[in-house]
Amino acid sequence: METKEMIAAYATRLGDTSLILSHRLAKLYASGPTLEESVALTNISLDHLGQATTFYQYAAKLNANGLNEDDIAYRRNEREYDNFQLVEQPNTDFAFVMLRQYLVDAFNYHYYSALCDSNDETLAAIAAKAIKEVKYHYRHSREWLLRLGKGTEEAYNKLDNALVHLWSYTKEMFTPDAIDEALASLGIAVDLKSVQEQWERDVFEFFSELKLQIPEKIFQAKGCKEGNHTELLGHILCEMQYLPRAYPDAKW
Amino acid sequence: MDNNEEYQKNLLEFERKIEAEEKIEPRDWMPDAYRHHLIRQMSQHAHSEVIGMQPEGNWVNRAPSLRSKKILIAKIQDEGGHGLYLYYAAETLGVSRDQFVQWLHEGKAKYSSIFNYPSLSWADIGAIGWLVDGAAIVNQVSLCRTSYGPYSRAMVRICKEESFHQRQGYEIMCDMMNGTEDQRKMAQDAMNRWWWPSLMMFGPTDNDSPNSQRAMKWKIKRESNDKLRQKFIDKTMDQAEFIGLTVPDPDLKWNEETQHYDFGQIDWEEFYEVIKGRGPCNRQRLETHIQSHQEGEWVRNSAREYSRMMKEAKKELV
Amino acid sequence: MSNQAETGELWEVFLQSKSGLAFKHAGSVHGSDAEIALQNARDVYTRRNEAVGLWIVPSDQIIAASPSDSESFFDLANDKIYRHPTFYNVPDGVKHM
Repeated sequence: METKEMIAAYATRLGDTSLILSHRLAKLYASGPTLEESVALTNISLDHLGQATTFYQYAAKLNANGLNEDDIAYRRNEREYDNFQLVEQPNTDFAFVMLRQYLVDAFNYHYYSALCDSNDETLAAIAAKAIKEVKYHYRHSREWLLRLGKGTEEAYNKLDNALVHLWSYTKEMFTPDAIDEALASLGIAVDLKSVQEQWERDVFEFFSELKLQIPEKIFQAKGCKEGNHTELLGHILCEMQYLPRAYPDAKW
Repeated sequence: MDNNEEYQKNLLEFERKIEAEEKIEPRDWMPDAYRHHLIRQMSQHAHSEVIGMQPEGNWVNRAPSLRSKKILIAKIQDEGGHGLYLYYAAETLGVSRDQFVQWLHEGKAKYSSIFNYPSLSWADIGAIGWLVDGAAIVNQVSLCRTSYGPYSRAMVRICKEESFHQRQGYEIMCDMMNGTEDQRKMAQDAMNRWWWPSLMMFGPTDNDSPNSQRAMKWKIKRESNDKLRQKFIDKTMDQAEFIGLTVPDPDLKWNEETQHYDFGQIDWEEFYEVIKGRGPCNRQRLETHIQSHQEGEWVRNSAREYSRMMKEAKKELV
Repeated sequence: MSNQAETGELWEVFLQSKSGLAFKHAGSVHGSDAEIALQNARDVYTRRNEAVGLWIVPSDQIIAASPSDSESFFDLANDKIYRHPTFYNVPDGVKHM
């Protein structure tokens, strides 16, 4: 694979994770615990959608195969999507939503901080814009977890339940594939090992403050970079891609 | 001064302010009926913004492009924000937000009848933006001059932000009318279903609107229902024709004499049915709102408990 | 509002639209504590880059002069026109004063 192709694939999967998370959050436009929080959640959704769009635009430019950012989003199938399986997980309750967000925010915070120094100027520029948004997301989700973890017993239990479910989808975020390794050696991609160290330091320390037990001996999903998914992604794409698929000739 | 004399003095001063186009502020004296009218109208307005998120939210995850998805999310979010501006403004009248929400859930407070219609295709998103927001803007621009200060300020802010909403809707309609045969059919179908309910948004005719007159006297309302409705029809007609949409009203004709469009009979029976809670989506809209409010309860409880503990911890330190 | 309010206490929001300008009252916001209220104010009132600065103040901490005081508070300044620069005569030709 040429470097250009690898960067396109790399940008596409960063876009995939942003897009699917944005999609999940968008549905909460009126389901926050307060109306204020609904507005906050849609802000975060919009930030992720903006990130997805710029990553796809860059990928489209590199691919130079005539497909634009909308084609990338709306005309690929499940196995062609390379998003983290974590972001496909449902909006079961506010504990799921906030924990999912926190786990991704902590990842993004360290990941995009590092990507700002990428030798690829476009990726560095996208990361520089994203990191400003991510800092706020991270603060937002962390503050909410404090209020769930240290508030009522009911909230703590729901958070604990969400953790048992979501922890299964954390490990694969740090598993590099050939593209990660090749691009990292060129100073383009982020070194996942160091992101993992920083992420674990933050998350473990925070969870111990919240007295949350990290689940042990549980299933760990893998293969998001090879198009592996939970059954949920197919339904997300069905809904999202319905119009462009049903009316292939229409322009919207 | 006895009570009655005091009341008359206050009333005179209040009426002088209204006459002089001065705003009434929360701590100013105001007649009870003025306060109650505002409480009813402003909370109804706030609820409309919030319930109005639902028919559009129905399509948020089926928007057909990244751009249209972004715009739709931002628009729905604005409506939530506008609901909040209005709740905050209404709270200055001494009623809490919890109370407003409770009245909504108990069916004691109303919201705009338009949001009880279903959104069935993507063209409905265009029709809602163009017609429904278009009608709302006509009303809201007029309300920027309302006599109650906090309401007026909220409306100014809202009008500024909503200017893109109607354009977004019209753009969708234009794109669809310039698109495939299927898209044109979808657009016309949406037009057919949303036109009449949009006209009903302005409320009953002036003859059948008893509260209106007092509200006009106090300058809460600045223009009558019929006048606003006519304004909306006049400006929307040209926009419809321009992109080749047919307005579903055979009686609609330009009247040289009045320099306005004449239009057909509005189905007021349907309007009152929907207002009384018997529209196509009344039950779903309210149930959805109640459900998400209930689902958020444990979160709100926990946040309050956290706040209480932090305050206590702070006290111990002192 | 009391602490019992479902959606949290009431806070007043002030925005500074540009550095150097005064903070201006924008409206109010609910929040269960200061951090949540601050974030809510950011998300509700600054969706369009309206601000570079943001204050929130618990609503019950605002001390306001009552409207019935308005004569004794504000009218007296009406006749102190010497506080306003246009009160003074400056010879023609003198600039930048």
